[in-house]
Amino acid sequence: MTSAITQARLWYLQRISAMLLALCVLVHLAVMIYAVRGGLSAAEILGRTRGNWFFGGFYAVFVLACAVHVPIGLATIAAEWLGWRGRSAGMAAILCGGLIAGMGLRAVYGVVA
Amino acid sequence: MATVPEMKTDLAVNVWRGNSERGGFTTFAVPRHDSQTVLDVVTHIQRYLDPTLSYRYACRVGMCGSCAMTVNGKARWTCRTSVAKVAADGQLEIAPLDNLPVIKDLATDMSGFFDKWARAKGQFKGPLTRHDDFAQVAPASKERLAANAGIECIGCGICYASCDVVTWRADFLGPAALNRAWTLVNDVRDTQQPERLNAVAGDAGCHVCHTQGSCAERCPKQIAPTAGIAGLKRLTARAAMRGEL
Ligand code: FES
Repeated sequence: MTSAITQARLWYLQRISAMLLALCVLVHLAVMIYAVRGGLSAAEILGRTRGNWFFGGFYAVFVLACAVHVPIGLATIAAEWLGWRGRSAGMAAILCGGLIAGMGLRAVYGVVA
Repeated sequence: MATVPEMKTDLAVNVWRGNSERGGFTTFAVPRHDSQTVLDVVTHIQRYLDPTLSYRYACRVGMCGSCAMTVNGKARWTCRTSVAKVAADGQLEIAPLDNLPVIKDLATDMSGFFDKWARAKGQFKGPLTRHDDFAQVAPASKERLAANAGIECIGCGICYASCDVVTWRADFLGPAALNRAWTLVNDVRDTQQPERLNAVAGDAGCHVCHTQGSCAERCPKQIAPTAGIAGLKRLTARAAMRGEL
């Protein structure tokens, strides 16, 4: 019964990534509200983020947690609402995860490097 | 029935006639009585208005779990549901339980429901024989208390009929079977624990429950299957991460 063990692991990963995301979203919102007081320009943002590897690390974790969490949820929605299951649905979900990770990490790199 | 004082207006009762494929609602006028249950209403229709109406009941006191139907849109045990509570405006709509094939009228085929109990390893298997002494289980132990919380299930199928995930995934074991499995997971005498965890994991098992809680809200015995399912999720996920599943 490999499906059972996979599903149990996916559930666990989604749980853990959800915990990370809850934390990341809170920090993200707090920092955003704090930083934006009195207006903010693109140059100011880049001035703060360039070379800030702590910032980069935080958002890299944020992106990776999304890349784990979102595809698992999408696969569930596909199964329950569209009746789309099995290999093709799994591949599509992995593709979504890859896309989120790729685009997200590229964005983080763009503002940090 | 004739001895009970009748109230002025009749109840307007829409009753499902037919099966899963074909059917419709038929309206009956049923005299009101004090302390009348929904099961009394159905019985009145079958005895006095239309003897071809099919439905199921046995104990009439909330023990056997056979009388569950959809009453004004919600699954309920009809023998313990008072008309005054659910039909304040004198209207009743009585249909068979959702998520189960309808055999005829209000009687559903519950074999799939109970097959899932078996698939969730709902059978007790102990290590002792009749020649051994009784096993001792401390009444206040954590496991015993967890089992107690779910053990009063009467198998009426109300949770199963109320669960959206069962509607979306026909192979989902459902709240009742998983609740049963949880009581046995907490039975320290049982010898089939690894097999049971395996049986309840995965996308037909506990991991697809979204904890929407309709089962816990509708359960006439105030059991919370979601609590047991959460316990199963934790145990099976832990076992899976350790590679023990
Ligand atoms: S008839 Fe037995 S529970 Fe209602």
